[in-house]
Amino acid sequence: MKSFEYVIKDELGIHVRPAGLLSKEGKKFKSDITIEKDGKVVNTNKLMAIMSLGVKQGETIIVKVEGEDENEAFDAIQQFLESNL
Amino acid sequence: MDIYTGSVASKGIAIGTIKELAKKDNSVRRVSITDVELEKERFFKAQVKTMEQLDGLYELAKKEVGEENALIFDTHKMMVEDEDYTDSIINIIETQKVNAEYAVAVTSDNFALTFSSMDDAYMKERAADIRDISDRLINVLSNKDNSALTFETPCIIVADDLTPSETIQMDKTKILGFVTRKGSVNSHTAILSRTMAVPAIVCVPVPSDVDGKNAIVSGFDGSLILNPTEEKVALAKKRLELEKRHKELLLQYKGKETKTKSGKKINLYANVGSVGDVGLALQNDAEGIGLFRSEFLYLEQNDYPNEELQLKTYKQAAEMMAGKKVIIRTMDIGADKQIDYFNLDLEENPALGYRAVRICLTEEEIFRTQLKALIRASYFGKISIMVPMITSVWEVERVKEIMKEIEVEFTSKKIPFGKYEFGIMIETPAAVIIADQLAPLVDFFSIGTNDLTQYTIAIDRQNQKLEKFYDPHHPAVLKMIQMVAQAGKAHGIWTGICGELASDQELTKTFIDYGIEELSVSPAAIFAIRKLIRELD
Repeated sequence: MKSFEYVIKDELGIHVRPAGLLSKEGKKFKSDITIEKDGKVVNTNKLMAIMSLGVKQGETIIVKVEGEDENEAFDAIQQFLESNL
Repeated sequence: MDIYTGSVASKGIAIGTIKELAKKDNSVRRVSITDVELEKERFFKAQVKTMEQLDGLYELAKKEVGEENALIFDTHKMMVEDEDYTDSIINIIETQKVNAEYAVAVTSDNFALTFSSMDDAYMKERAADIRDISDRLINVLSNKDNSALTFETPCIIVADDLTPSETIQMDKTKILGFVTRKGSVNSHTAILSRTMAVPAIVCVPVPSDVDGKNAIVSGFDGSLILNPTEEKVALAKKRLELEKRHKELLLQYKGKETKTKSGKKINLYANVGSVGDVGLALQNDAEGIGLFRSEFLYLEQNDYPNEELQLKTYKQAAEMMAGKKVIIRTMDIGADKQIDYFNLDLEENPALGYRAVRICLTEEEIFRTQLKALIRASYFGKISIMVPMITSVWEVERVKEIMKEIEVEFTSKKIPFGKYEFGIMIETPAAVIIADQLAPLVDFFSIGTNDLTQYTIAIDRQNQKLEKFYDPHHPAVLKMIQMVAQAGKAHGIWTGICGELASDQELTKTFIDYGIEELSVSPAAIFAIRKLIRELD
């Protein structure tokens, strides 16, 4: 299992569009990818669940990746967040 | 005449007759069922059909408002197939033995509630997205029509609220404007109406009996005028005419090259004062940013903006312009732009005082921070660095030394940076006279005509008594511009103008004859200047 913390930089927080894109990105991998905020954990496969976290600019999320392709998934999600959120 | 005011969601003016959009009957009846499997099957079929409809809307939106804005329908599709959403619907069908329509409606309410209870205006708005997709699903399930709303004559649409799919499906040629009683400026509908260039106002307390009435919608002050007086109509018509002319220019000259008939290409750039203005520059089809005033970074803070904050801003501008040139002027503080934390002394003659590059070369650390951010930003786009208020060769040499030092530091620390142009503003008579000595040191000149005029004819423009002595086309100023362009040409660098004179249409031809290669004007002036240049020989 690999994990990292990320601080959201986007003005609107994790809004619909990046949430959708994040969900799509996550589906490319076999690994289980979750994001956690204030103790609430959601799977990135679930768009509405991501949105319902209501993550705002400046807030920290913890990303966890676990599975056979976790190294690739880890890099991809990290890069996705850096360039979209 | 009655006036109702709300918030502006999309700018513009509309004059016409109101068409009240009757609320669709979305009520759903709870029906008990016996065959759970059959009901689940009905739902899954409807889900597939809904997704097909959304694919269709995505394609339509892509054509009308571009891929970026069309993505909302792609996201809606993802919501329709969302695991939690689907699970909830199936669960309700199974446990309560009810019809799929009812299960969707209950699920919709539950999910929408989660969002509307958030203390975040943007997230609250997402409840509308949930309702939009759920209504679509319910309509498919009950074989109701999901197709476009059609009108016979162009009208102003008034509704309680509009969904993105309703908005995009309306025939654009039949819509003058949108007015909603609810809604918000953050909604996708608002974003779509902006992209469709249809005036829209939201949260307007419109009475219920307005169908068929005459009205004016102002997407400037956010007002809806019912039964307007002739005077008001005449005023609105005038404004509409202006808007129309601008739009025509836009249609005619968007994407066109700024080139004279004989093929001389002029770079037509925009002056901007913030990142927000960059969007405006793009809308008006600027070929680059010719003057990005960096002062706002300093004015909006209570302390010196740090390197990361500045980098973020410059990077954003560079990325928004996607490979087009972004010329960023280093801070021009002092004179009429005072900032508390700079602790500048009061001066007898601020225009001739401690300002711009003079502050930068006295308090080098402040300057170094800005240059570092700018040089790092060059990694993300086509950045040019431009220094204002130059009067002497040594100033330019010193700035270049500092930049060199930063580059050496970055190279050793492996901090990435790209290629960038370095230029100076020519806005003092001294710089004009020694332009031939400055030219070999830089990649370009940009003439700041406001200060250059003031320094050349020794007139303070704020002083109204001097009006009759003030001649914006003074031959001395014009001659100076010519001298600068010639010095630039002789040393193989380009010269542009970024002051007010750049948008003076009486002088455009003269400037081009002088050999000026770039004009940087306010975004709103771009199309008019492009039109003029294309008509020149």
